[in-house]
Amino acid sequence: MAMINIKIEGISYQVEEGLTILEAAKKCGYEIPSLCAFNHGECNRGSCRVCLVEATGARGLVAACVYPVAEGMEIKISSPAATAARRHSVELLLSNHNMNCQQCDKNGKCELLHVAYVTGAREGAFQGVHSETHLDTVAPGLVRDTSKCILCGRCIERCKNAHGLGILGFENRGFNTFVSPAENRSFADSPCIQCGQCVNVCHTGALMEHSEIDKIDAAFAAGKTVIAQAAPAVRAALGEEFGFPIGTPVTGKMVAAMRRLGFTRVYDVNFGADLTIMEEGTELLGRLTNGGTLPMITSCSPGWINYAEYNYGDLLPHLSSCKSPHQMQGAIIKSYWAEQNGIDPKDIFVVSVMPCTAKKFEKEREQEKVNGIPDVDAVITTRELARMIKRGGILFDRLPDEDWDQDIMGDYTGAGVIFGVTGGVMEAALRTVYFKLTGKESEPIEFKAVRGHDAGIREASIDINGTTVNVAIASGMKSAKVLLDEIREGKSKYQFIEIMGCPGGCINGGGQPYVRECFLPNESDDIMDTYKEKRAQALYSEDERQTLRQSHNNPQIVELYEKFLGEPNSHKAHELLHTSYAAREGFNEI
Amino acid sequence: MAKLNAAAAAKIEEICDRYTDEKTPLMMILSDIQNEYGYIPLEVQELVSKKTGISVAEIYGVVTFYSFFSLEPKGKFVIGCCLGTACYVKGAQQVIDKFSELLNIKPGQTSEDGLFTLDALRCIGACGIAPAVSINGKVYPKVEVGQVAGIIDSYRKEAAV
Repeated sequence: MAMINIKIEGISYQVEEGLTILEAAKKCGYEIPSLCAFNHGECNRGSCRVCLVEATGARGLVAACVYPVAEGMEIKISSPAATAARRHSVELLLSNHNMNCQQCDKNGKCELLHVAYVTGAREGAFQGVHSETHLDTVAPGLVRDTSKCILCGRCIERCKNAHGLGILGFENRGFNTFVSPAENRSFADSPCIQCGQCVNVCHTGALMEHSEIDKIDAAFAAGKTVIAQAAPAVRAALGEEFGFPIGTPVTGKMVAAMRRLGFTRVYDVNFGADLTIMEEGTELLGRLTNGGTLPMITSCSPGWINYAEYNYGDLLPHLSSCKSPHQMQGAIIKSYWAEQNGIDPKDIFVVSVMPCTAKKFEKEREQEKVNGIPDVDAVITTRELARMIKRGGILFDRLPDEDWDQDIMGDYTGAGVIFGVTGGVMEAALRTVYFKLTGKESEPIEFKAVRGHDAGIREASIDINGTTVNVAIASGMKSAKVLLDEIREGKSKYQFIEIMGCPGGCINGGGQPYVRECFLPNESDDIMDTYKEKRAQALYSEDERQTLRQSHNNPQIVELYEKFLGEPNSHKAHELLHTSYAAREGFNEI
Repeated sequence: MAKLNAAAAAKIEEICDRYTDEKTPLMMILSDIQNEYGYIPLEVQELVSKKTGISVAEIYGVVTFYSFFSLEPKGKFVIGCCLGTACYVKGAQQVIDKFSELLNIKPGQTSEDGLFTLDALRCIGACGIAPAVSINGKVYPKVEVGQVAGIIDSYRKEAAV
């Protein structure tokens, strides 16, 4: 790459040709305040007009995020004109912004407020009418409040990049513009998979998860037996909310915090993950040996399930009939655990802590109930758990490391832990399938060929006792679509496919802590590129620390089958642990 | 979602196929559909999305951005009153108000008999003959308020034939 000479504030620098002023300045040690520019140009509309600077050769001030550097360019960031222009841009954004910050769930993580502080923008500098507010609180997973939206377009780009979907778009024109699914529909009435990736990139409170903290408060107030269970990916990211470096596993402190929040039991969904492997592995073996529908596709990710039901109704027989791990575990809590403890299932309230917003939708499905009783009553995100911990005045970093409750479903294996990262369910299943087919454990235990931490497709051929099993892994619906179209065209060479809704899997789920450089001063410059890998590593290291690393070796799982379920895929297991799917219209009649 | 009948679906697909070599075909496709059917409802947008790979939200955004496109069926005669700067200073507001009064509809609406739709347009590039009114492609130059009733009558007669 050719280098060119530029000056910033009169000081000479050499930078790569082709960079924008914003990127070049960053390399020279300047953070120009900006809003809409995001993640190496993933969103680069130059729409917010915050990053204005002076540059020689340009007419007037230029938006640094879209204006390229040129040989001999002199850039001024701190000139009076540029400083005032940036402040005015933010003041104009604030003039049409719903400033009820104290009620806003993005409070503390709001980039608009951050930039307002940095630029010195004042609320009320410009006064006038506000554009009409559109509020969508209908969908179980997501909330859209256009009174907070600054029309940057990040959410639109993320939905396209991650999933090839583009559920959101700009509607109408000029002052009446707002971001919305077509026809200003609710997320619930559009083919949105409620994955929450748009929430993860939204600057402000315009896109949020649908909070269920109130439901938990009400359950405690009603004297219910409130049981919490947390997904593997939560422990890999919760620490970020309390200042721990990205990639710090905080399992012990998380358990301690949840106990202090008053939950009767604190369980690891890893037990449910082990249970899923027993059921799903058996299902796969059955399909392989009895000529069932292949390839079989995993069913743990509710965002993926939504996508399949909206777009690939003809391929639903390929999906494993297994419920996702937290739903399985909820069903066991409300049957086996309830029976053992002599509690009426109706008095039990199961809270799942998930890295996911689509799980909020999943738990509402009719197919996720047993005799009319939902397996899970409330789903909160990693972020919501952090909010509850803060609300409870719990000093997270001072907590001791505590262990999960051990009765009935406390044991878990390393196979369950890695569910939280793309390729993890596949690897966990292979460990057990290998044992079932050969009668011995795989050596080495790991199937590293299926590992990764990013979107895109990975494939591997695994030799088990002379039989070759072809597997593929995809995360993000854009990648998944490639594999699905192959199946539709009869060209798929795989027997088993893992699909996760979010790029990188649950560690990058729509309910995980926001990763924003401006709020992470102690992380490295490339954190936007490395955070998924770091979170994934937190889970792989926990797997390595476990003495039990295959689901079928979990003694409490063995006991559960002996005492309660019988065999994997038994009648009782089907009643409690399996589900069904149905094709759905994307834009339903409203 | 209401389903398109087979003939309409085939026609929409044919329109999409006209522009497969274009880099950015959306505007042309939507223009042709608007001209063919007089409006572009969501189910049509879904089909265009399937054919082109452009998301429904983006298509919907384009349809709601340009006043030329319509989500609702338009009348047999679409009266477009230019309210661009030149037409406006030459009295276009009074002209559109007169149409509005005589047809008893607001700009953007369609008369109950389905004959007339009244649209307020931004500059149509006919500033030299301001104020200009365009009806189904025919442009009326230097329209005065007094002519409005006559213009409407001529189309009523045309419809009655």
